[in-house]
Amino acid sequence: MLHTFVALVEDKPGVLTRVASLFRRLNINIVSLTVGRSERMGVSRMTIVCEASPTAGHRIAASLYKLENVLEVDDVGQMSHVARELALIKVAATPKTRSQVFELVEVFRARIVDLAPESLMIEITGVESKIEGLIQVLNENGDRILEISRTGRMVMRRGQHTSKVLEAMRVPGMETPDELKVEEDGSASDALMAEEAGLQ
Amino acid sequence: MGTAKKHPSQSTHTATPANTPAVEPQHTHATIRLTGSEILWATLEGEGVDVVFGYPGGAILPAYDALRKFPIRHVLVRHEQGAAHMADGYARASGRVGVAVATSGPGATNLVTGIATAMLDSVPIVCITGQVSSKVLGTDAFQEVDITGITLPVTKHNYVITRAEDVARTIREAFLVARSGRPGPVLVDITKDAQQASAEFDFAAATPKPHRPHPMLKTESASILAAADLIRNAKKPVILAGHGVLQSRAGAELRTMAERMRIPVASTLLGLGGFPASHPLSLGMMGMHGEAWVNHAIQQSDLLIACGMRFDDRVTGTLATYAPNARKIHIEVDPAEINKNVRADVALIGDLKEALEALLPHLAPRDAKGESAWLKEIDASKGECAVRDIKNLPDSGHLYAAHVIHDLWKTTQGKAIVVTDVGQHQMWEAQYYKHDEPRTLITSGGLGTMGFALPAAIGAKIACPDREVWVIAGDGGFQMTAAELSTAAQEELDLNIAVVNNGYLGMVRQWQEFFYEKNYQSSPLRSPDFVKLAEAHGISGKTVKKRSEVVPAIEEARKRKGPHVINFLVEKEDSVYPMIPAGSALHEMIRRPNNPLVETAQDK
Repeated sequence: MLHTFVALVEDKPGVLTRVASLFRRLNINIVSLTVGRSERMGVSRMTIVCEASPTAGHRIAASLYKLENVLEVDDVGQMSHVARELALIKVAATPKTRSQVFELVEVFRARIVDLAPESLMIEITGVESKIEGLIQVLNENGDRILEISRTGRMVMRRGQHTSKVLEAMRVPGMETPDELKVEEDGSASDALMAEEAGLQ
Repeated sequence: MGTAKKHPSQSTHTATPANTPAVEPQHTHATIRLTGSEILWATLEGEGVDVVFGYPGGAILPAYDALRKFPIRHVLVRHEQGAAHMADGYARASGRVGVAVATSGPGATNLVTGIATAMLDSVPIVCITGQVSSKVLGTDAFQEVDITGITLPVTKHNYVITRAEDVARTIREAFLVARSGRPGPVLVDITKDAQQASAEFDFAAATPKPHRPHPMLKTESASILAAADLIRNAKKPVILAGHGVLQSRAGAELRTMAERMRIPVASTLLGLGGFPASHPLSLGMMGMHGEAWVNHAIQQSDLLIACGMRFDDRVTGTLATYAPNARKIHIEVDPAEINKNVRADVALIGDLKEALEALLPHLAPRDAKGESAWLKEIDASKGECAVRDIKNLPDSGHLYAAHVIHDLWKTTQGKAIVVTDVGQHQMWEAQYYKHDEPRTLITSGGLGTMGFALPAAIGAKIACPDREVWVIAGDGGFQMTAAELSTAAQEELDLNIAVVNNGYLGMVRQWQEFFYEKNYQSSPLRSPDFVKLAEAHGISGKTVKKRSEVVPAIEEARKRKGPHVINFLVEKEDSVYPMIPAGSALHEMIRRPNNPLVETAQDK
């Protein structure tokens, strides 16, 4: 199954290698890995999605913590969270064939961010399935996709939880989420949708 | 340079347990300006280091140039693999952090096998390597190699230092990382310009932040109570004692638990010595070459109490049939080991000694009658499968390795530090040399590194100069690092070296006999005359061919000062029994054949 981890790591040379090397050593394939700055100085935030057995989560988190540069690990897969991915998709389109792509973009609430005589570029943000849905429809419509660039999944827990209280939140069901907000373009699971609908 | 010599932690380091930070030297905060090289040695000295094992070369020469100013002994090795093994043997024998030094490039890569050996057995060592100047890093300069990249998977952590300012803080942090939590090797790569540049040095100011305990440690009271409950209600419990008993210095607590609850104790290879072998509750070594009654007890048990061990495949055999009726309590410092191979019913994740201290108040002494049926059952199974006490076997004219090790145990009264290589002799040592004290068996368990014995024994002898130290090596492994005989001679070490010489890579031959239809491909081995080899190094030696010569030869070696080599020419095609073939269940063992070491009901 897919596991999703958020790891806060020291922003130092070689840390990405250490994390990536750990997964290689455990013979676990990384599906996606995104890294960027966090709210803390000198601390980077990684979202790691990997394919591993359902029971592997504990060992992966424990092994990540054994790396000296890893500050915090959160196995967010089972927790209520918001997941997003950004994709840039370049599609071959002439002025004559553009309009049908425009319609699709409208339906998927994506944006056109570049327009050239022979092509256009779509920016889409959402959960993976939404991005894959757009790609599928583009393919079915016979639009030629020239390039796709995807960031991979990034996630954040719902509610006002800073990384410092994540430790206390490790037990599922203990959360008291406040300010739950229905996301415009869908959320991680049906259960969450229902939960959100109830709260609105 | 007098100021650099003032760090007084020298006097404390023998008493400092491996897992607690070194006592803070009484240091005035006055800083002095030193070169990176001087800071390196001053910091090592401050950490309590009085000996390093190393080999000089271009990129580490500034450091070697500064060494004369510091009261640190340098042991010149003959190959850097030896330096890492010596640091490892030093650490295992003493419980302190061992230090190895090498130059860049090939010097550094030669350390790798030794580092991996320490990693797999969780031994705290710090390896210091020279590196090309930071200005040419990444240019394939002469003797440049990405050693931190190479050692990333076989170190607990590693560092590159490119500035003299960072030397003290990094070295101190390396020591802290090496000995904290589950110990392990740390490598520090120091560029030549960082060694040559100058910086302010203040040992106290370079104190690292306290080590963060692994956030997933968990020994809450509910688990303690659950564990105590399982122990109290078990009918057929077995304690599995691993390397953690030694690392955590939990021998006394373990013994209290075993005695109070009348629970027999099986040991892993690295756990031998953690519980006295002569204790009535001691079963001996478990696993692939464990005695039948040990593995039988594990298979029959209803509760396994795993203490500081990791259910290695050499211990469990096939997992599907491992101790099928037993609940498992796993007490382990590394959260990543929990449920890795064997699912734990109760996991106490933390320091073993502390966990046992928390557990013991919940264990009321058992009345001796209740569980004696279990101990009797185990005792009965000993009778039917015990090793014949080979000292009583009539001398048939054959010399078996088991004789050699049994007689060595008898002659040294089990008090020597024995350092083994890897292979048949290693398993015979584990079976026939009874260790009553921790840190008296030093052996490469996890990585199974041939060539480990001689250099590790040099490290052990230097760590414990007053102890009798024996190397037991096979003819194959001995030749892998035999060059270190020169080191032993140069350092004038009183080291006894027993080569169990059967003319084969014995364990390979045994596997070929059992599993490859006796196709002895590439396992027969021609060796030099080891006594002549010793002589060439100015080392005395003797060849032993008969059983009657064994004890006199051992006695002679013990009397002689300085290194001494005994070449035991033993039976060529002997095998280690019992044996559980890889991938089989613990009870599916290959038992001893009737000849020559017969099992009888009288044997224990």
